[in-house]
Amino acid sequence: MTNINIFEPVIIGFTCNWCSYRAADLAGTSRTKYAPNVRLIRLMCSGRLDPTFVFKALANGADGVMITGCHPGECHYLEQNYKAMRRFHLMRRTLQGLGIEPARVKLVWASAAEGAKFAHEVTSFVEEVRALGPLNWGSGENGHVTELKSTPQEALA
Amino acid sequence: MEKIGVYVCHCGTNIAGMVDVQEVAEWAAARLKLRGVIVARDYKFMCSSLGQELIEKDIQELGLTRVVVAACSPHLHENTFRTACKRAGLNPYLCELVSIREQVSWVHTDKDVATAKAMAVVSGGVERVNFQVPLEPMKVSIHPDTLVVGGGIAGIQAALEIADAGYKVYLVEREPSIGGHMAQFDKTFPTLDCAACILTPKMVSVGTHPNIELLTWSEVEKVDGYVGNFTATIRKRARYIKTDLCTGCGICWEKCPKKVVDDVFEAGMGTRKAVYTPFAQAVPKYPVIDRPNCTYFIKGTCKACEKFCPTNAIDFTQEDELITVEVGNIILATGYDTFDAKRIAQYGYGRLPNVITSLEFERLCNAAGPTNGEILLKDGKTKPKAVGIVHCVGSRDKHYNEYCSVICCMQGLKFAHLVHERTGAEVYNFYIDMRTPFKGYEEFYQRVLEEGTHFIRGKVAEVNNAARNKDEEGKLIVQVEDTLVGVQMRIPLDMVILSVALEPRHDSKETAHRFGISCSADGWFIEKHPKLDPVATMTEGIYIAGCVQGPKDIPATVVQGAAAAARALGKIHAKEIALEPFRASVDEAKCSGCRICNDLCPFNAILFHEDRMVTEINPALCQGCGTCVAACPAGAISGTGFSNEQVIAQIEGLLLLNLDRKVPA
Repeated sequence: MTNINIFEPVIIGFTCNWCSYRAADLAGTSRTKYAPNVRLIRLMCSGRLDPTFVFKALANGADGVMITGCHPGECHYLEQNYKAMRRFHLMRRTLQGLGIEPARVKLVWASAAEGAKFAHEVTSFVEEVRALGPLNWGSGENGHVTELKSTPQEALA
Repeated sequence: MEKIGVYVCHCGTNIAGMVDVQEVAEWAAARLKLRGVIVARDYKFMCSSLGQELIEKDIQELGLTRVVVAACSPHLHENTFRTACKRAGLNPYLCELVSIREQVSWVHTDKDVATAKAMAVVSGGVERVNFQVPLEPMKVSIHPDTLVVGGGIAGIQAALEIADAGYKVYLVEREPSIGGHMAQFDKTFPTLDCAACILTPKMVSVGTHPNIELLTWSEVEKVDGYVGNFTATIRKRARYIKTDLCTGCGICWEKCPKKVVDDVFEAGMGTRKAVYTPFAQAVPKYPVIDRPNCTYFIKGTCKACEKFCPTNAIDFTQEDELITVEVGNIILATGYDTFDAKRIAQYGYGRLPNVITSLEFERLCNAAGPTNGEILLKDGKTKPKAVGIVHCVGSRDKHYNEYCSVICCMQGLKFAHLVHERTGAEVYNFYIDMRTPFKGYEEFYQRVLEEGTHFIRGKVAEVNNAARNKDEEGKLIVQVEDTLVGVQMRIPLDMVILSVALEPRHDSKETAHRFGISCSADGWFIEKHPKLDPVATMTEGIYIAGCVQGPKDIPATVVQGAAAAARALGKIHAKEIALEPFRASVDEAKCSGCRICNDLCPFNAILFHEDRMVTEINPALCQGCGTCVAACPAGAISGTGFSNEQVIAQIEGLLLLNLDRKVPA
């Protein structure tokens, strides 16, 4: 972020408490470096991911959203990651309908043992979004919303 | 408005080395003031008692209603800070721990960027904590019985510890007898204790213990429930033996006309009958009839065992039985498989008769083995004059397994000693590195060195039988570079022992899935913490012991078995456990009765009231994943701990959108 001419995307990453959040922890304890553009949110399961969260993040200034969960068949809650996967495909179609590149949302499976994979996926997703350019979904300066139009309750209503 | 305290930890230099913690704290105090932050501090070690007192003091003196700690992963210290809040009179769930170590300082390299990200992370935490609600942990009772899966030395140790403490244990073993790999061994390093002599007394204790219900020839098929309240379904395979009548006299297997190569206990080196116990000291003593190999089951006639059985204990009509047991804790000790040496074709295993694996050699030199302990070549009569032991076969090799199998160096030394002692042959150890840590191991290495064993440092390239001169005729030739001298060598030998890698059980992934725990990429079960909690798993109430967690020797396995038992006993004694109160609930007034959520719950926690056309969630069954919360189109389902409001607020905070906006509500 030292060179102001290079676009630095902001990515919101959703992680599962049992696998990908621990993969992020493992990347940390192993001192595996990755792009600092990602900011993580912990959920109990990728199945908890309400599509609203993704649209909210993109509408409020994120350039990309990374959804991470346990590998198929390894969900801590048996099969809820499959539900996340279905919603993911639906979300991409919806984004396309709104004129937003579906590639701004990415689904990554990462087990608690895959710290290196997690780091690699973050870095490559940052480059993918960097190539897409700023999303500018919003009205404020630099495409970032400077003021919220709604409170969380209103946004969900 | 909430009164929020922000506490930024230096973690020595772990965080402060990459994040300007003071700047983060000052920034939070100034810029997040309108978000409710009334105090922000940085401190060297927030988790120290002085750090915690800092927070407690602020809660009491400044009347904080929310606390955000920016430090390490919540998986490490969430409980520490929640407890500190509780001590100061604040509901522990009003504290949020955000990670600026694992997720910031340890993974980024530019201090300005890392500091900016830390600010965003703190802002996310502050926004989120605004919407946190006070919660009370859910108390559930702990069933005093324990299920131990796997009857090797790890499972035996764990079962005995718990049973001796006075609690009931169900010990499930897939094979006809407990004992595991250790029962196959002849001697154990470094003391050269006879494996059977030290193991079988423990096996007998298991078999006769009033608190242990031993279920051999059985497998766990299904596990439901959660810590303290598991229900396991166990398949007891048909033994075709009435165990209440059988005396274990052995007449049945004496009379059985069908010989079968024993691939399991004898590692293919010996035979057994179709009705058998794997070895003489088997526990329990009752045999099993191996249905696929039994002449009666194949051809419909024979029944020799039934004719000769003095107590009429043979019963060909038995069927598999499914039983369910209620247990509070589960210990998994399902052990390991060995690497298939055929995968390294150039070592000639399977093609050259006198190339054998370490497990086969264990049987060969075992007094109860197929040669009564005589070390002989495949012809069954010749003693070898020169024996090679190849280390790291399938271990420390990026083509097969990158990890070290831990036991092979000491096992190779043990074999060298036994070959030397029993045959007087020349012994060559081909090693990459000699690794002999732990008590008495290095001394054993020195002893074997003094016995005159040759040590050649180099990875064996090939084992073949293509003689180039007279000395090599009829021999196995090991092609290896002695890397300490830098010389290529061809060494003619009579027998080559491959120290094969320890690998996860072939079905370890299915087992992990069945018990709801995770495997590493290799297939070893993952412990809760690699250093501080190598016994527990991510699933509360399920523990691991022995080689399921990774390769280890017998002392380490016994230690882990005992440790797992101690953890289970701790839970049993506590009688109840507090669980995270993260549960979903339905607002009946908002529920439209669409039933979209009804099929989403794998725990059957969602039930639909036909009469009122509304859905209800049973909090006792809900595990708190939140999938139904995300799915409800009416927004009628909410989840504690991870509510929509909390997550949305955190998104905004992370995007630093609302710095100057007034706090909602």
